[in-house]
Amino acid sequence: MLSTLKRRVGEVLLPGDEFSYDGDDTISLTEPVRPEKVLCGPGLRRSGDRLLVCKSGVLRHKQPNVFWMDCQQKRYVHAKGETVIGIVTVKSGDVFKVDFGGSEQASLSYLAFEGATKRNRPNVQVGDLVFAQFIVANKDMEPELACIGSSGRANGMGVFGGGGLLFRVSLGLVRRLLSPHSEVRSDLEQLFPCELVIGMNGRLWVRSSSVHQTLVIANLLQSCESMTPLQRRELFTRVQQGAL
Amino acid sequence: MQRGLDDETKKQLEEDERRIISDEHWYLDLPELKAKENLIIEEKSFVPCEDLKFGRMSFRGFNPDVEKLMTLMNPSDEGPAEEEEVTSRMPADVTDEEMALRYESLVGSMKRKFVKKRERVTDEDVNQNLVETNTKRIFLKPQD
Repeated sequence: MLSTLKRRVGEVLLPGDEFSYDGDDTISLTEPVRPEKVLCGPGLRRSGDRLLVCKSGVLRHKQPNVFWMDCQQKRYVHAKGETVIGIVTVKSGDVFKVDFGGSEQASLSYLAFEGATKRNRPNVQVGDLVFAQFIVANKDMEPELACIGSSGRANGMGVFGGGGLLFRVSLGLVRRLLSPHSEVRSDLEQLFPCELVIGMNGRLWVRSSSVHQTLVIANLLQSCESMTPLQRRELFTRVQQGAL
Repeated sequence: MQRGLDDETKKQLEEDERRIISDEHWYLDLPELKAKENLIIEEKSFVPCEDLKFGRMSFRGFNPDVEKLMTLMNPSDEGPAEEEEVTSRMPADVTDEEMALRYESLVGSMKRKFVKKRERVTDEDVNQNLVETNTKRIFLKPQD
């Protein structure tokens, strides 16, 4: 199956396409037969011993055996381990309810902050922005967030915000911004000194030294979604020269 | 007359029990299914697939804490050559030297506030070294 998958990397696949094990796997009689593990990412799912495509998009591959579908969407589906920006909506007893843009609100325990104890509660109010990661995120249970890593340290997570602007973008742009060699990010670096918080749920928070610059960066990022790289670079150079 | 069981029969019974228990616990009826399940692993998140970076970032020194976090959290795959291309940083409002000078004087004045009354009055040399005063008066136990 690995060979069929590798052959179709880069092709556009539709939901319903499937990959199965039998057929083209040749078993060599000289080497020991090692079952090849396949890690299927978002957009692919396992059904019995077949691999089914469940989202339309382009098949991507990463060595040694990771495959996933590169697809576009705006609605976020929570997944364990992803960091998101949430808005605290309810503060009830020991638990905060946080809205992250999903089908239901996630719960965030007040002990899941760095240095929080039963006596020393974190300073979180309704309406605060929180950068947290999912510790429980499946379709059967209520999602749970935490602002603390497995080691007990915050690692940059927690309440933030004060003087910035929160806005929504598509999930594809978020992935483009966060990818290792991102052109958008390197272009943005040349513009103004600014601070960004990027949540995988499509929410972006920007802060810069003045309100005008913050708004410029927010507008640039929102318009990046529908521009070719050439147009984007032109726009950025124009902004850098002070046109906007 | 024997009331209990023989030693031998007792041992036999124990062995049988142990064998039954161990069979129930360790014998699974599904070895083949298990082997197949391992072959396709599902991963719901994009982060390991595309090696996405940490979500907080700061450019040009706007927030030095976040910049430190960026170097900590992101997998360090940039060599020393990249450090030369770092873009210019924002000038700090107060330079480090000014801060050091300010702290020097501040520490001294704050320290004097918490010192006890008897120790507050100290003689100072020409060199501004503290002259050693007499030892504190301690309680002398009255002799009989």
